[in-house]
Amino acid sequence: MKDFAALVAAIDETTRTTEKVDAMVRYFTNAQPTDAAWAVHFLSGERPKRLVPVRRLAAWAIEASGIPDWLFEECYTAVGDLAETITLLLPDSASSIERPLHVWIEEHLLTLANLDESGQRQSILASWLALPARERFVWNKLITGGFRVGVSQPLVIRALSRVSGISEGVIAHRLSGTWSPRADSWTSLVAEQTRDADISKPYPFYLAYALEDEVESLGEASGWQVEWKWDGIRAQLVRRQGVSSLWSRGEELVTDRFPEIAAAAAQLPDGTVLDGEIMPWKGDKPLPFAQLQRRIGRKSLGPKILADVPVVLIVYDLLELAGVDVRHRPLSWRRGRLAELLASAGMKPNDSEPGACSEIFRLSPSIDAAAWQDVRDAWQRAREACAEGLMLKRLDGGYGVGRRRGGWWKWKVQPYAVDAVMIYAQAGHGRRASLNTDYTFAVWDGGALVPFAKAYSGLTDAEIRELDVWIRRNTVEKFGPVRSVKPEQVFELAFEGIQPSPRHKSGVAVRFPRIARWRTDKRPEDADTLATLHALMSTPPRES
Amino acid sequence: MTEQGLYCEAGDFYIDPWLPVPRAVITHAHGDHARWGCDAYLGAREGERVMRTRLGADASIRLVDYGEPVDLLGVRVSLHPAGHILGSAQVRIEHHGEVWVVSGDYKTESDPTCTAFQALRCHTFVTESTFGLPVYRWSPEAAALDEMRAWWRANAEAGRTSVLFAYALGKAQRVLAGLRGTEVGPIYTHGAIERLNRDYRDSGIAIADTVYAGSLARGHDYTGGLVLAPPSAGGSLWLRRFGAISTGFASGWMRIRGARRRRAIDRGFVLSDHVDWPSLLAAIEATGAERVWVTHGYREPVVRWLVEHGIDAEAVASRWEGEGESELQDLGVAGEEIVA
Repeated sequence: MKDFAALVAAIDETTRTTEKVDAMVRYFTNAQPTDAAWAVHFLSGERPKRLVPVRRLAAWAIEASGIPDWLFEECYTAVGDLAETITLLLPDSASSIERPLHVWIEEHLLTLANLDESGQRQSILASWLALPARERFVWNKLITGGFRVGVSQPLVIRALSRVSGISEGVIAHRLSGTWSPRADSWTSLVAEQTRDADISKPYPFYLAYALEDEVESLGEASGWQVEWKWDGIRAQLVRRQGVSSLWSRGEELVTDRFPEIAAAAAQLPDGTVLDGEIMPWKGDKPLPFAQLQRRIGRKSLGPKILADVPVVLIVYDLLELAGVDVRHRPLSWRRGRLAELLASAGMKPNDSEPGACSEIFRLSPSIDAAAWQDVRDAWQRAREACAEGLMLKRLDGGYGVGRRRGGWWKWKVQPYAVDAVMIYAQAGHGRRASLNTDYTFAVWDGGALVPFAKAYSGLTDAEIRELDVWIRRNTVEKFGPVRSVKPEQVFELAFEGIQPSPRHKSGVAVRFPRIARWRTDKRPEDADTLATLHALMSTPPRES
Repeated sequence: MTEQGLYCEAGDFYIDPWLPVPRAVITHAHGDHARWGCDAYLGAREGERVMRTRLGADASIRLVDYGEPVDLLGVRVSLHPAGHILGSAQVRIEHHGEVWVVSGDYKTESDPTCTAFQALRCHTFVTESTFGLPVYRWSPEAAALDEMRAWWRANAEAGRTSVLFAYALGKAQRVLAGLRGTEVGPIYTHGAIERLNRDYRDSGIAIADTVYAGSLARGHDYTGGLVLAPPSAGGSLWLRRFGAISTGFASGWMRIRGARRRRAIDRGFVLSDHVDWPSLLAAIEATGAERVWVTHGYREPVVRWLVEHGIDAEAVASRWEGEGESELQDLGVAGEEIVA
């Protein structure tokens, strides 16, 4: 545990990726296989399930530190992180006991599930006494289910590649899908032989960067394939040896959530892997993303929800054909084979029935664009097409691993924007603890300000600190952690979509609101009105 | 408490007013306590140099020794060491047998750069509460200094320059006093800090030798050195000259991980010029005060704790800010131009 906590601290204490990778290489080189397996598991963003309710942990910490409940709450608000609050409040451990990571996890953490409350209490209190502060913090992160480390998957893969001498692509593939933290998983992860048998394994997703320069900077328009950018769930469909697996971009297996797609997948030939977007689709049009969220939120899918929110897979790409990895082939080649494949799958006899293959798998339309002006025109029409913008893909490019610059670009439509007045503020969590960083914004309705959006991001750290001082000096009332402030500060808010919502006081719900600018040049009376917001629902966003 | 600040009616003076007033008693020279523009100031002799730098050469400052009583309209006023920074003082006010003590900012841990805090008995104690929560507990100063030295050594071995952020007045000199006579060096400074180093040295405080970075030629190789800079220099163009750097920050706020992360600092060193939770409670108890006013910081929790422990306490709003929030005011002017 000591080495793992040191690794977590080393990663936490630098923003330089080379140092993070170096720290992981040092750890993996010396770790025993079971520990290394758990470390890979956690560094990949997996968290243990929380086995003890947070309320109980807090109660035991309060008991062990000898302070009243309310003071614990005050501390938690200031620190913004339960695991850290507990770590800081407990008395320093008198004598520490060193146990390997896997022992802590397998014999102390996972076993909490089999203990009653008093057994859990005993076990947790003993663990706190046995661990010095740095290890205690990591342990608390693990038992509260909040463990997160500041490394991206590509960095973990780079470190594993350096430790094992296996290429990054192979490591990424071996890690994708379900990976169990066991000693033998570690051994095969870094093993030399490359024949990987797991038939459900998806490929790492290729992700686009946002286009920042003018589109003309990409060279000739004829070198690019232009598609709509859909707002659904990016997914990969794997069909091998008669088994279908649908993976979401979070590399979560979602086959059971989308039975229509699973059924249609049976018509695909073995050794096929498709990349696409799961979209709620009715008639000839997509439904709003909120409809898909309704479906995702359900434990069981009844006939009503399946009828209300049917889905399709808009297919973007072909990654494996007849059992052969074709990702290195140019997009123009993959696209040709993909069109043939979908056409032949659609020719099956039962194609006329609802839910048939050709109904479910739809080749992502490519937009005719001989010149960049055509692309610009299409981008202007994106919202009419119910898309969030355009995707630009190099016709001669391969299918990459992760987020890479150059081959794929996303060009989103301009967001909607309104000027709004800040009326409430609240302290954030984690790195934003004890700073007021969560704000509620309102627009005018007659003489009253009606709240319509909360936003957390968009300001620089310096602006956040300046605003925090202003908030502290201009608080009107405090309701628990929330402060109402004088309605004086105006902000330009940007958001991606707007929909009627009977659940909100304002009657509208906006998607992805964030702060575009602090309008210190505007007075509160210059802010927009509720009528402006309602008008936005019927018009595309304003040009900038 | 008035619009201008904490006011003593019988003696007709203010303590650390935030607006210009005729007569101001100053606890210490940090920007949120010693404001420019009053007609006359009273302050501790130990802090003369830093007060002059802050308030201007021609400000009218009456200097008194610690413990030396002054009569203001029949009110007996004396200043006593607060242990916060050079020249910091608690203000003791006695009138008709009633004693008040205003702490200003203070710490009870000893510090080579200023006279140690002295506990005073009083009826009413006005205390700061910057770190008034039990999550704030300091290790001894030596622990933070050891960590700094190990960090500097690792950076020097990796060919990097260590950039340590510390408040220009007080914290920077405390670090320099702690690193004096150690292997750490050369130590380069930002102008805002170098000017105050001069004040400390002129006041007879022994601190490590420093080189003002602004005095060196463009292209100077800083590799392996330690650069001491005010936090406001973080992310600035000024840092570019140092090449590959690792950043650290010496502050009580570094006890909390989020406080370090949101500043994107590599290493936090927990070193504060304020009392932590146990010292705050011990200091209050030592005054024997029957009434406690709690100012800037975590006022409400401290008041509630005191009330629950049978002490008559109330929260008093002020514009004093505690550690670091007044940093921008502390700098006053952009640091580079300061050392002429």
